[in-house]
Amino acid sequence: MKVALFVPCYVDVINPEVGVSVVRILRKLGVEVAYPEGQTCCGQPAFNSGFFDQARTVARHFMDVFEGGDYDYVVCPSGSCTTMVSHYYPFLFKDLPDERERSEELGGRVREFSDLLVNVLGVTDLGARYEGRAVFHTGCHQRRELGVLNEPRELLENVEGLEMLGWKNEELCCGFGGTFSVKMPHVSTAMADEKIRALEGSGADTLISGDSSCLMHLKGRLRRTGHDTRVYHLAQILDPENGKAG
Amino acid sequence: METQRPAQRRDTQDRRHEGIVSDVEGFNKRAGRAVKDQELHDSIQTFTGKAVAARNAVLHALPEAPELRQRAYHIKRKTMANLDRYLEQMADRVEARGGNVFFAEDGEAVVRYIGDLARRKEAKVITKAKSMATEEIELNRRLEEDYADLDLEIVETDLGEWIAQLAGDHPSHIVGPILHMNKRRITEVLSGVAGEQLPPDVEALGSFARRRLREKFLAADIGITGANFGVAETGTVVTVTNEGNARLVTSVPPVHVVVMGIEKLIPSFEDLSVFTRLLARSGTGQKLTVYTNFITGPRGEGELDGAEEFHLVLLDNGRSNILGTDFEEALYCIRCGACLNVCPVYRQTGGHAYGSTYSGPIGAVITPLLKGTSEAKDLPFASSLCGACWEACPVGIPLHDLLLKLRNRQVDEGVRSKGETLAFKGFENTMRSPALFKISGKMGRVAQRPLLKDGSVRPLPGPLGAWTNSRDLPPLAKKSFRELWKEGI
Repeated sequence: MKVALFVPCYVDVINPEVGVSVVRILRKLGVEVAYPEGQTCCGQPAFNSGFFDQARTVARHFMDVFEGGDYDYVVCPSGSCTTMVSHYYPFLFKDLPDERERSEELGGRVREFSDLLVNVLGVTDLGARYEGRAVFHTGCHQRRELGVLNEPRELLENVEGLEMLGWKNEELCCGFGGTFSVKMPHVSTAMADEKIRALEGSGADTLISGDSSCLMHLKGRLRRTGHDTRVYHLAQILDPENGKAG
Repeated sequence: METQRPAQRRDTQDRRHEGIVSDVEGFNKRAGRAVKDQELHDSIQTFTGKAVAARNAVLHALPEAPELRQRAYHIKRKTMANLDRYLEQMADRVEARGGNVFFAEDGEAVVRYIGDLARRKEAKVITKAKSMATEEIELNRRLEEDYADLDLEIVETDLGEWIAQLAGDHPSHIVGPILHMNKRRITEVLSGVAGEQLPPDVEALGSFARRRLREKFLAADIGITGANFGVAETGTVVTVTNEGNARLVTSVPPVHVVVMGIEKLIPSFEDLSVFTRLLARSGTGQKLTVYTNFITGPRGEGELDGAEEFHLVLLDNGRSNILGTDFEEALYCIRCGACLNVCPVYRQTGGHAYGSTYSGPIGAVITPLLKGTSEAKDLPFASSLCGACWEACPVGIPLHDLLLKLRNRQVDEGVRSKGETLAFKGFENTMRSPALFKISGKMGRVAQRPLLKDGSVRPLPGPLGAWTNSRDLPPLAKKSFRELWKEGI
């Protein structure tokens, strides 16, 4: 199986270790991983801000980059960026039949990381170890648009030494929301604080998510408020070779 | 007897004059105050927490709920596509039953219609059941001001609305108008009206309200209600309440006026059965509200109750401009309030932060639609686009997608700032060019060097300061993923 890796722009420059873990895990499973080097961003910041024309330009670039190469799937370690391509490209190109068709075809092949592991590769146990008690935050796009809810849990339940905990109102958004986090900073921060109170109530020492953007927000608030909770992307926990320093 | 009003507090007074429209920074400012108000926070959490839990339980016990939701969506879509026909049918049926029908283009027309009616009837006391449409057009204030010579006493009879009215306040939630007030504040307001200190006890406060409101019910010359639904095939107006006040408002006074938004129409009773199964479950977590009233015109011969005179005011107020557009789904709303209860933004700020009659996700959508793109510019951004609203909506309105489209409409109509527009042009140019994207990353790494401290970026000025004021910002990594890939993983 040949899979193209789509590394979200902020993961590329801020959390590259997440991409590295994805590569290691997939290779171990015998998947041929390609990284199309022309890739940049899915266009979501412009799209969410209402700049649809600008988002379409970036989306066209993305489609050009990922349509070649005979990839069976495009895998992305972010529910949000996956949704941008699978759900919101067809939305953006609704009135442009050719590109709409292209976006639907590509959108059907884009898979969030845990979705690919569990539902395409049929894998739930990666032989990983992690000592800790953790809660999992499902990003909102992953929860509602993709409906990929159980897959991360199945994978995490097979991690030796890791105890997964429930937390209060876990379906609530963390408050990141892209530009929302800087346009509406008070509400965004209050939303993070509510998640952090729930995290405290759970007794967890580790926070895991499939979206590095939610984690950047929550970790930023955790550190500012003096919490030393360990914060990891799902791929880092599942990757036995990841040193888990972050 | 005249309703006494305690002195208005400064903050509520401000709210009263803000009306339906807020300025660009309005939401952010009000939200910033609201998130620091612990009492408000506790009240909202209690109300929304209970409402969401009750809703989840009661909908879980209704296996056909997902199917009903789809049917509700399609009924509304069909209704909107043929709204002219259904409006005509509704009007014909009401008139055939001896009722009067008035098409009101805007709030002004409603005020004129009801004010003139009150003058003709020499009315003194008007009782009202809960109605968001009349809140939207600020009917009470405008009647009191424009028809000051009539010296009308207009009394809200929904308990929450009444307390809001007494406090000079506005509802902060479609279904729970005073959820922002706790028991202490309610006791304070009602004690002010009673002229004595009432005990902070639900039963005592309730029976005081009951005594006072009974006097008003019996004295009323005109009763005004909204409508939860209008059934076109029979001309029936449907109201749902838990307090029974709508029944007293519609059956005691000789004149009953219904103010109904034109989007409240549904074609038939069969369609109604879909919505009655969804409305209370979604709003309050009840299977049905305590009262569901069906009113078809004035009291007929041989009928025991009902008003002698019946007026149906069909309110447009900008709604017809939404018909047939990309935003039409916003008109499918049945005002259950479920989207407010699940909204993580609303749960932090409460309703008043929106500066609009309608708050929460639906308020953020319909306020700019009713008022125009350049009004309430902040509201389409009062959302993290998490989609909880869409998931909870019993009619399946994709509220978060509508918010996105509203943001886009602002761009198309050129009302966004030059700075932001330039920034996204820059984004477009960078992201279409892999070379430029790579260089930007490298430049960022150099630029951030003097800003780093203890593994995080120092507090920054400008737009990024909005982040660093309350959260640590991670630095750019020493090597990007693409560099690591090139080196070999």
